This record gives sequence, structure tokens and C-alpha cells, in this order.
Amino acid sequence: MTDVQERPSVRRVPAPSQNLESKPFWDAAKQGRFLIKRCTACKEPHWYPRSMCPFCNSTDTVWEESKGEGVIYTFSVMRRNTPVPYAIGYVTLDEGVSLLTNFVDCDFDHLKIGQRVKLKWTPTGEGQPPVFTFTPA
Amino acid sequence: MSIKGKAYMVGVYEHPLRDIPHLSTAQVHAEVAKGALEDAGLSFSDVDAYFCAGDAPGFGAMSMADYMGLKLKHMDSTETGGSSYIVHAGHAAEAIAAGKCKVALITLAGRPIGSRAGLGDAATRGERFRMAPQGGQGGGINEVPEAGFENIWGGTTHNTYGMCAMRHMYEYGTTSEQLAWIKVAASHHAQWNEHAMLRDVVTVEEVVNSPMIADPLHRMDCCVISDGGGAVIMAAPEVAKSLKRPLVKVIGHGEAPKGPRGGQKLDLTYSGAVWSGPPAWEESGVKPADIKYASIYDSFTITVLMQLEDLGFCKKGEGGKFVADGNLISGVGRLPFNTDGGGLCNNHPTNRGGITKIIEAVRQARGEAHPKVQVPNCDLVIAHGTGGSLGTRHGAGTLIMERE
Repeated sequence: MTDVQERPSVRRVPAPSQNLESKPFWDAAKQGRFLIKRCTACKEPHWYPRSMCPFCNSTDTVWEESKGEGVIYTFSVMRRNTPVPYAIGYVTLDEGVSLLTNFVDCDFDHLKIGQRVKLKWTPTGEGQPPVFTFTPA
Repeated sequence: MSIKGKAYMVGVYEHPLRDIPHLSTAQVHAEVAKGALEDAGLSFSDVDAYFCAGDAPGFGAMSMADYMGLKLKHMDSTETGGSSYIVHAGHAAEAIAAGKCKVALITLAGRPIGSRAGLGDAATRGERFRMAPQGGQGGGINEVPEAGFENIWGGTTHNTYGMCAMRHMYEYGTTSEQLAWIKVAASHHAQWNEHAMLRDVVTVEEVVNSPMIADPLHRMDCCVISDGGGAVIMAAPEVAKSLKRPLVKVIGHGEAPKGPRGGQKLDLTYSGAVWSGPPAWEESGVKPADIKYASIYDSFTITVLMQLEDLGFCKKGEGGKFVADGNLISGVGRLPFNTDGGGLCNNHPTNRGGITKIIEAVRQARGEAHPKVQVPNCDLVIAHGTGGSLGTRHGAGTLIMERE
């Protein structure tokens, strides 16, 4: 993993806040495992992960490991009022759920909607979990 | 209208625990909601109105509505401390009596004791120790359910609205030049407003050549930042008729939150106006073609374009064509909008532009707008707003008014 703190040319992503519901996700992230939630009642995956399925309201939801592959749904490159430009966007995972993220290790001027991307963990600090950034596949 | 006999209490649930170290606050809200619905013999899909106060984690009612997957026609996060839920019950009765909704959910939940267990193993053992301090390096505990997953990416109003514009361009071929026409129209109006921050008339070229802030939004696609404020007084018909002001009445209203909806069917090309508009049109008995003037929330040019489409002023995807060539300029186009210069040129008090949208619509309906921008025979007006972020969670409100 790259230490972004040594690379001031890249936006430093802060450590995520957590709560009791999200802790398993971040504990898995520390082990390099990327989890999404799926409902065992209606079989639908959802994002962000929660204990109650937002589609059928069943509380029978389970963690499921995702490969972290998908396509760019949309993005925007922040160019002003920031020490360094950065790209925020939504990725639609192959499982069918879309998540907000940052794109890293790429030329922002060549990002395209529909482009395939893959998960790349970005460290946030000592003792803190890494975060799920994405980079061109 | 009386609420007497118009609403009934059909389900109640009290959480059995008094120390909840093992659940997030959002989970507890969802659990009590489920309990009350089960008591009533109803399900989450029956709920069309949600009421909560400051104990609900997140942004107003929007975070918990999105968390629970609620599809709403009515929401209320009125905050009056411990009495909030009694107030909510009154609001719910009004709303039900008015036909705004049929099943209202009110929740209260918090964990002042259980939260002391933090995130450690003690959380499941019920032991207590202090929460880890929240530092400037991020981390810490945040009970807003989406916070850890979304607040780390540097989302701002500019780039989250930029993401909407980017997708709209991708799906419908909307161009920066078309978006620029919205700013151009606002500037044509602002030149007559002595209080407007930006009074210079600008061209499409000037807008698209202004610095890129967050792709694909340029500086002139963005609203101003300003101080200021406004107020509106509403009154009963008999009071209004006893006064000496023109009679402008509310004839239709709608509201709705929109969020990422569990990450499925994410669609940033439309706003909550697709849900707040139809009930307002139906209630009013008028249609978009009848409207003489429109106040449309203009945090960014893309905000206006999407809302115009979603309110039915043109077909979805054709907003770019609709706003081009001065169609929003008073005296020039078919739909004069934001004749005070709007947020793009006039003001955006403390980053909230909803009240000024109502004010200019009332001015137009009264015939009291600036003579250079006053719409003739302006008897039907609309004010529509979007609060929060178009790219994540926002609340839409639609108000249709008629001059008697």
C-alpha cells in the first residue's frame, strides 16, 4: 500500500468515523477484505451497509465479500479551493450497488463514465482502517 | 379545516432496553419503527410520512428516511426538544387530515449511556468506558449512518452537483453552453436589482470561459455566497381579506426527500421534484403550461435544469434545449424565472435560498416585481427548492400560488 502522507501531491483521505453498525466493515478493511451487505430475505445487496435491508426492511442481512470491481457512474474533479485536485465519483459495483469514492493513481483528465475500475485500498493513518478508493482496471 | 376525528393512533412500541451498548443509534430508530409498525399490522412500505427531531442521526429527516428505505410524500424534522414528538403528532394529524399522507411514522431514539461503551468489545459486554476522542485526523464515532462511508471523499456542494451535471451530460447530451444560458438569464434580471451582488449581464461565452471549479461546473455555473435573509407571513383567508395587500393564495404543495436509495438504481439525473411536483400540480388543478412565473432554486445552473425537467416544464432530458436562447428571460422567453437575479446573481443568504424563491414569486403574483422584469397578468406562480445535496441526499419542496 502507498503511504499517501508522504505524497503531498495527492489528497489525503481522513480516517473514517465508525459506529457499532459499521465497525465490522472497517475491521475487515484492516484485513484487506471489502464487504458489502446482502439481505437473505429478498436477496438484494445494498450500500452503504446497514443492519436493516432498505428494500424489504428485513433485519436478516449478512456481510458478503466483494471483489471491488465495477464501472464509473459519474465523477467530478475538484480543481479550486483545494491544495491538490482530486476526483470524487460514484462507482457501480458488479453486484449492482453504487458507492461514493475517490479515484486515485490516474490522470483525472482521462476519467470517463462507464470506465472499468477496481478497488485500491488507501491508508489513512496509524492504527486506522484504509479506505476504499478506486483506480482504472 | 379541523383535524378532529381525522387521524388515529394505530401502533405504538417502546424499546425494552435502558442501556444499549451494542447497537448504533440508527439501528435503534429502525427497531422502534419496526416495532410500532408490527403493533399496527403495517409495514415500512405503508409509511408515507416520517417525523423526527434532533435525536435522529443525520441531516433532518433525510438520513433516517434513506436508511429505512422510506418512500415519502411528507416529512417533518421540527425540533422542540422533548416535546417534539407531541408536536409531530399534531403535524401528522394535520397532514393526514389534509390528504398529504396516510401513514405517519414518528421515532425517537438515543444512547447516552450505551454510547459510552464506544466501539470496543465492551460494546457487546455492556461495560462502560469513555469514547475515543475525535481528532482532526478523522476517525472517531459518528452515529450518522452514512457518515463513515461518505464524509471522507471531499464531497462539496460544487463537486456533488458537478457529478449530477456530468451524468446528465452523459445521458442526455446536455452541454455547458446550455447550462450557461441559465446564468445568462439570471444576469439579465439581476441588472435591474439594485441589491444584487452581480449586476453585470454576462454571455454564454463568458460563462463557459470562467474558471473550472468542479468538472463540469464553471465559476459562473455557481451561485453567490452572501449574508441576508427573508421572511414570509401567511394568514387565514378572513385575515388576508381584511388587509390591503393583493390576495395570493397557496393552491398546491408537495415535498419529498431523495437519497442514494440503498445504492441500487442510483440516478443523479433527476431530483426529488419528480415526487414533490405531481402532488402539488394535482392539488392546484393547474399544469406547468399555465404557470406565468417560476422561482427555481439555483444553487448551480444544473440544479435549475434538472428541476425544470422534473417539474414537467419540459420532457426529461430536454432541459438543455428548454433553457437555451433566453427562454428563461422575462419579456423574451416562455418561462420567466428568478427575476430578482436568483442565487446565481442576487443572493443566497447563509447558503439557503428557499425563502427568496417564495418572496420573488409573491412579488410577481402581486405585480410588484421590478417593472423591467414584471410578467404581465402574472396570476399563477411556482416556487420550488432543493435543500441538501443533489448528489447525495436532498429534500424537495414545491409551492404553487395563485393571485385572486
